[in-house]
Amino acid sequence: MRRTAADLGFWAACWLALALVVGPAAWIVIGLVRKTWPVLSVDLLLKTTAQGGLQNALFGTLVLAAGVLILAAPIGIGAGVYMAEFASQRQASLFRFVSEVLAGIPSIVVGYAGYELLAIALGWGYSLLGGILALTALVVPYVVKSTEAALQQVPTSLREGAAALGLPRWLMLWKVLLPPALPGVLTGLVVALAISTGETAPLLYTANFSDANPPVQLLHHPVGYLTYVVYDYVQLPSARAHQLANAAATFTLFLLLLLIVLSRLLAARARRRTEQMGL
Amino acid sequence: MPPSLHKVRTTRRRTDEATGDRVLRLTSLVTATLPFAILAAIVLVMIVSGSRALIYSGTNLLTGRIFTFGHLYGGSPTVHNGIAAPRDASYGGATLIVGTLLTSAIALALAIPVALGAALLVTERLPHRLEGPVSLIGDLLAGIPSVVYGLWGVTILGPLASRSFYPWLAHWLGFIPFFRGPVGAGQGLLTASLVLAVMVVPIIASTTRELLRRVPILHKEGGLALGMTRLEVVRAIIWPFVRNGVLGASLLGWARALGETMAVLLISGNALNVFPGNIYDPVGTIAATIAALLDGALTDGTGMAVSALGALGLVLLLITLATNLGGRLIVRRVAAGAALPVGRGF
Repeated sequence: MRRTAADLGFWAACWLALALVVGPAAWIVIGLVRKTWPVLSVDLLLKTTAQGGLQNALFGTLVLAAGVLILAAPIGIGAGVYMAEFASQRQASLFRFVSEVLAGIPSIVVGYAGYELLAIALGWGYSLLGGILALTALVVPYVVKSTEAALQQVPTSLREGAAALGLPRWLMLWKVLLPPALPGVLTGLVVALAISTGETAPLLYTANFSDANPPVQLLHHPVGYLTYVVYDYVQLPSARAHQLANAAATFTLFLLLLLIVLSRLLAARARRRTEQMGL
Repeated sequence: MPPSLHKVRTTRRRTDEATGDRVLRLTSLVTATLPFAILAAIVLVMIVSGSRALIYSGTNLLTGRIFTFGHLYGGSPTVHNGIAAPRDASYGGATLIVGTLLTSAIALALAIPVALGAALLVTERLPHRLEGPVSLIGDLLAGIPSVVYGLWGVTILGPLASRSFYPWLAHWLGFIPFFRGPVGAGQGLLTASLVLAVMVVPIIASTTRELLRRVPILHKEGGLALGMTRLEVVRAIIWPFVRNGVLGASLLGWARALGETMAVLLISGNALNVFPGNIYDPVGTIAATIAALLDGALTDGTGMAVSALGALGLVLLLITLATNLGGRLIVRRVAAGAALPVGRGF
């Protein structure tokens, strides 16, 4: 009897724990959407922050993400390929270690280092490229890891088959290994995009912020992005500013939701491919 | 599959390598060394930037209570250990270090039981078809940006808690001095810890879920066949299997909480030079202080203020890396090849 009661009590506590996990997520999303819904308008998309909209911030977020993709994809995929295909065990575990250390660095430290190195030492000032580089430093480990894992999950039989046909390694990689590994690799890139969309701290002192559209230049001009609007405008004392902060947070969440769904679709696809080939 | 299985070609002599292969190997080697270079650059910049304030402060950086940039305009400089800084500048990080450890430790204490309970329920009791939606919510929770958590904390959770939950807590736990009021306006240690807890739960929960899936089902069934209740199965069979992994996952969650910037910046009240007197008081952390003060530090013509924040960043870097690597080491040993949780988001 007492044992049954303890059992019931324990699982009730577990249900409570699950509620405490699910609750805040729902609370945050629903609360934000409810606050933003009444003030949604086309103006948000058309006007710059200086005029009370989010156009420049949204654009800046997308440009930053695109820049991260351009830099992090070749670096991360290349490094992942080397670790999975060429590195010796010891080399691979060393690279993996470096990658993990890099992933563990607090984002504000990356931001500070970016400010000192890029904005000051190299004299770039607040710049688009500075922001992109800071974000790239942050996300590269994730691309490396998912690329390496995706290549390693390709069944050995495929490699043996390709080797038996006398394919050189680059051709084997391109024709045999890459197609099945592709969804996994792409998942890593989507994660990288999600991180760059949501981060603020590394950008504060590298890209800084601009409430208008900067000229199309990589250096010397600060760039706006959504998360800064959230951070800055929520601290301003006007209701209008709070609305803008909420709207920026909702936009960010919406972008992230799209990316999460995309990464899940890719992951499901990757799983299916691996299963098909496992025969 | 052990990674060595497919590395047949390492036995081949390099001279036989086709040109395409050599190009691929060398270019990918170059990209593989880039994370190295990035890491080295960051650490080097932090050391170089922070060194002047480090020398100026000595152990005061860790033990001093007063963090101030000094009189930036006018006055003769204060000289310490051969380094000149603005008059009366003091870079004592003790309150910030304590704030960083305290917020993250309380957050962890709140997050671990919740994460364990939720993970247990999902793997052991919930029907399989519910696993998808629940893990989607986990993904979402991990994917919500830090600054959005901060927005939620400062506009919704903080005000609400300071009106209802904190007075209640102060009433019932008031016999413990640290829980006695006044409860403040909702920006402080407990609010920061609550929000941090929500942020690290998904990290701990997802790793724990992976670990729980590896517990052999026969052992569990054996326990049930012996007439154990499910709770007893958890205690006697599942827990020993996952204990170390949970410890590692918790360290990873802790590392995340230690370095968290934007959420804490918005909800901690950003106290300087004081230790929190009770659990509702404003508190400062290293990460949030760097973000908050760097702007003002730029006006210090001697550059010492920026350097002081760099020195603090170095301290944070060391604490975080030690925690993070400890966690990864443990998780890797316990669950080789398990999906390591991603430290930041997702």
